Amino acid sequence: MGSISVLLVGKVLPYLEQELDKRYNLFRGIDPSQRAAVLRDHAASIRAVVASSSGGPDAALIEALPKLEIVSSFSVGVDRIDLQKCKEKGVRVTNTPDVLTDEVADLTIGLILAVLRRICECDRYVRSGNWKKGDYKLTTKFSGKTLGILGLGRIGAAVAKRAEGFDCSICYYSRNEKPDSKYKYYPSVVELASNCDVLVVACPLTSETHHIINREVINALGPKGVLINIGRGKHVDEPELVSALLEGRLGGAGLDVFEKEPHVPEELFGLENVVLLPHVGSATVETRTAMADLVLDNLEAHFLGKPLLTPLV
Amino acid sequence: MAEEEKVEGLQQLKHENQDLPQVLVLGSPTCLQTLKQLYSHKFRFLIPNTSLDSLYPLTAPLSSISAVICSASFSLTAPVLRLLPSLRLVVTTSAGTDHIDLNECGCRGIQVAGAGKLFSEEVADMAVGLLIDVMRRVSAADRFVRTSCEAATWDFPLGYKISGKRIGIVGLGSIGMEVAKRLECFGCTILYHSKHKKSAVSYPFYNSVIDLAATSNALVLCCALNEETRHIVNREVMLALGKEGFIVNVGRGSLIDEKQLVKFLMDGEIGGAALDVFEDEPNVPKELLSMDNVVLTPHCAAFTSECIIKLCELVAGNIEASLSDKPLITQVKW
Repeated sequence: MGSISVLLVGKVLPYLEQELDKRYNLFRGIDPSQRAAVLRDHAASIRAVVASSSGGPDAALIEALPKLEIVSSFSVGVDRIDLQKCKEKGVRVTNTPDVLTDEVADLTIGLILAVLRRICECDRYVRSGNWKKGDYKLTTKFSGKTLGILGLGRIGAAVAKRAEGFDCSICYYSRNEKPDSKYKYYPSVVELASNCDVLVVACPLTSETHHIINREVINALGPKGVLINIGRGKHVDEPELVSALLEGRLGGAGLDVFEKEPHVPEELFGLENVVLLPHVGSATVETRTAMADLVLDNLEAHFLGKPLLTPLV
Repeated sequence: MAEEEKVEGLQQLKHENQDLPQVLVLGSPTCLQTLKQLYSHKFRFLIPNTSLDSLYPLTAPLSSISAVICSASFSLTAPVLRLLPSLRLVVTTSAGTDHIDLNECGCRGIQVAGAGKLFSEEVADMAVGLLIDVMRRVSAADRFVRTSCEAATWDFPLGYKISGKRIGIVGLGSIGMEVAKRLECFGCTILYHSKHKKSAVSYPFYNSVIDLAATSNALVLCCALNEETRHIVNREVMLALGKEGFIVNVGRGSLIDEKQLVKFLMDGEIGGAALDVFEDEPNVPKELLSMDNVVLTPHCAAFTSECIIKLCELVAGNIEASLSDKPLITQVKW
């Protein structure tokens, strides 16, 4: 398959890039000028695009690749890919569900504990020598608190399962109530936010969920509430979140994603009730390797005429 | 320890409410302020006007004291106990009792009460938070974000998966069981070492900590500190745990051979460590202060605002029980 042309448009694990290079005729088009050069010379031959959470083919790019057959994303979120355009053009799309579910759920609990128990702040306290002057202050217990999950999909359910080990009460909001779920359903995000201590954003980013965490929801969560975002930055109205934190209208936040990564609002850097992570939800050696293998296996299956492993479109 | 306490000379209190039972408070426990707010109408709290681990050299008041509240940072040694000839009760605000000379208490018929299981959930929560932090590099990542504003992309090293891993718990008491319960929900395999195998528990038991370490991805230390457990995590155990192994310590600093741990962390012989406790608090080996594969917290695993009031209630309850010759709520037996 060394002659099949593949275009890489998002940042991926080095192992994946190396394998794509070995198996295919790989073109790198992550930065815009690189991409323009590739398109100029090779647009007509590209049969596959590999995307990730940092970059995916929009309608314009899909139109520019007449031989495009498949987009394989190194992520579970596909908000960077114009799925509608892919459907229209008969382009297949695959992502990496399930292999990162546990990872993201683990980190979510880690974020909650880091915020409530001020673990990162405590670490800073020790490293700066402040412990010699006195103890750190009291923090907030996690066990027994009420966890609200926005989006009870694979990741949301995995977070809930872990939180049960901490005797948390679980409630959720989803597009549709899940009749088999043992957790309490709220028909709106505002009601969910009003009734929980910690709100976890775990739904896909779509036009409906863009800025689903807005001023009203943040105010409902309140001065003792904590927002945890392991979805996409655009789920949250970021300027509203920043002002709520600065004004004390929101108790705290644990954020793995931001509206314009890698840009993070600098006003957050001085706050002790926030934890800021560089989009590492799935960032373990084990999971990134499994995700890479899924991308490679989906591409291989496609070009061998076999069924795709994890198709979305 | 706690924030600056109001200094009270023991002599001044002679003139105040003489009828209330006197309770000597040693080691500035974190709950002291709340204790005074809630129980000054029931007890006369006597606080030595020194911040050192030594009693103000005094006379009459000490000889009549029958109850002492003591924090984990105060060494209640035999010499100190001998300054209190009427002592009948020691209430420690910690779950641990390694700072108290229990033998001396036993010889003198002094009862000891501890925090019992009060902090177990809090400490277990923190243990899990520390485990996730060190394996997924949470604190290091937070530092990275706050200092890399100008970066064009985020290039941050990958962490290690926690779900499904093998976690070796050293000490399967109340805290150890709470840790196990939480990590089971992460799909982890729980293994343990304890003084004795626990028949009611189905987790695989390891008589040797070295064998436990050899088969675990991480060790979580939850046991009490005593003669048998001092440096229970030594050079051999750490080598068995290996270069991709992690240690979480929410017990006592001296459970680990700290000098050896530092050396192994510097040499890459061990994957990382998350420590809430140290051999010589509040001093932390300076080599650790610049490492990204360690998480360091200031002995605060138990301290949440939720538990402080409960702790005060427990302390007061134990004192009242002792005063009325009733069984203590959380008597420490040894």
